[in-house]
Amino acid sequence: MIDPKLRGAAAVVGVGHAGLGEAHGYTEMEILVQAAHSAVADAGLTMRDIDGIATASVASTMWAMPVIEHLGIRPTFIDNTMIGGSSFVAHLMPALQALASGQCNAVLVCYGSTQRTSTLNRAEIGNARRKLDPQPYETPYNPLSPLSSYALAAARHMHQYGTTREQLAEVAVAARKWAQLNPEAYMRDPLSIDDVLSSRMVSDPLTVRDSCLVTDGAGAYVLVRADRARDLPHPPVYVLGSSTACWNRQISSMDDLTVTAASQSGAIAFDMAGMQPKDIDVVELYDAFTINPILFLEDLGFCKKGEGGPYVSGGALAPGGRLAVNTNGGGLSCVHPGMYGMFITIEAVRQLRGQCGQRQVANAQTALVHGNGGTLSSQSTAILGTQAAL
Amino acid sequence: MPQLTAAPPAGPQKHYHDQLAQGRFQIQRCQACAQAVFYPRMICPHCGSDRLDWITPSGLGTVYSTTVVRRKAEHGGDYNVALVDLEEGVRMMSRVEGIEPAAVAIGMAVQAYVADAGTDKLVVFKAIGDRA
Repeated sequence: MIDPKLRGAAAVVGVGHAGLGEAHGYTEMEILVQAAHSAVADAGLTMRDIDGIATASVASTMWAMPVIEHLGIRPTFIDNTMIGGSSFVAHLMPALQALASGQCNAVLVCYGSTQRTSTLNRAEIGNARRKLDPQPYETPYNPLSPLSSYALAAARHMHQYGTTREQLAEVAVAARKWAQLNPEAYMRDPLSIDDVLSSRMVSDPLTVRDSCLVTDGAGAYVLVRADRARDLPHPPVYVLGSSTACWNRQISSMDDLTVTAASQSGAIAFDMAGMQPKDIDVVELYDAFTINPILFLEDLGFCKKGEGGPYVSGGALAPGGRLAVNTNGGGLSCVHPGMYGMFITIEAVRQLRGQCGQRQVANAQTALVHGNGGTLSSQSTAILGTQAAL
Repeated sequence: MPQLTAAPPAGPQKHYHDQLAQGRFQIQRCQACAQAVFYPRMICPHCGSDRLDWITPSGLGTVYSTTVVRRKAEHGGDYNVALVDLEEGVRMMSRVEGIEPAAVAIGMAVQAYVADAGTDKLVVFKAIGDRA
């Protein structure tokens, strides 16, 4: 059991982003530093106050070192944990422990990617990864990486529970409706269920519109201990629960394609927060593909296993629906720079601060953030809340 | 000084591929807990034992999930990627050959064989009827 003293012991006090969409002419380090600078300023701090760093990169295994150089900091806490797109949600717990123990006083979590505009394209990165990080029992069959793995999970969920392509499409359409309320979202054109169903099939049953965007973007957030958070400019967003789980890397090594490690991370995070799904006002789920929110809503306990398809139907996740999910428009319609976990965290903080304009969820006091990494491999759940939720 | 036993000639990954190059498909089985293991590795993921033997599976399996990867005809056309559960109790990624990629269905009974894949060999499957 996690030490109850950690619940609410630290808070997110600053957030920032940069280069969302297309960042022509900039490197990923440059937009990362812009986002970091913005987050530190938002926290009412200066870079000299930052003595903890958590970051990760798709390409660079020692990424914390050049980030430290660029920021000009000398941290006493360094976390370079890289478990795919969930990393920036997973960075919360080690940061919380480092802050609570006094190892450091202000942690900056940051990420940037220019995967859309970079001259080093994703195919080249994919080829390099096949050599440096081989999967010799999957690669010879040429699954699209990562898309086909999610397609296999979707196909199995459809077979086992009768989930339909229309229900998958509901997830994409709801995300687009939220994106239409968010001036920062990358895709804001109208999108219908039929548009999704008739879009280009990539790996059955997933179409291009069942799949996340490929954009640039950088994001950052700053964490300090709760006592200090209360003296800073914005209302603190407390970390009430945090847990990360990983059971496998490859989709072929997953015991049951309809049950992810979110069932473990979610249970522990809810237990730490002393909450249940009914206590959550805003839900930000890593929607790399439309099957993801369906799996995570089930695994996190918002509905029973197998009932995710009916649960999301009828615009249930869209503005005005039964549950406010992916209020920025998600990775499907807002932004998706390679590893999206950073952006769900930022959106949750902004919702809990009441800064979200047209897409603001009224009186939001609690948020669940759930990050996914690899091919349904790593799962990280965080529960955040305002002073009222402490 | 204890007598040194001869080291195995290779790790499990090389052994697997060496056997495959000879047209033989082998998987591992744990001496301690008797469970089959795939992909080949150093210790049993079920019980942690390092005593893993090689066995020749029957090759009979069932399609657990399947997808059609869409590809332009000029690049070779659509192809199948499937997850197959072998009757020994392990799952592997592969493809089902000999039928249209979209005709591969979850629950389909399949039989493994070793096929030529360029200069390498690869375990693939053929349909042997539907036992879903």
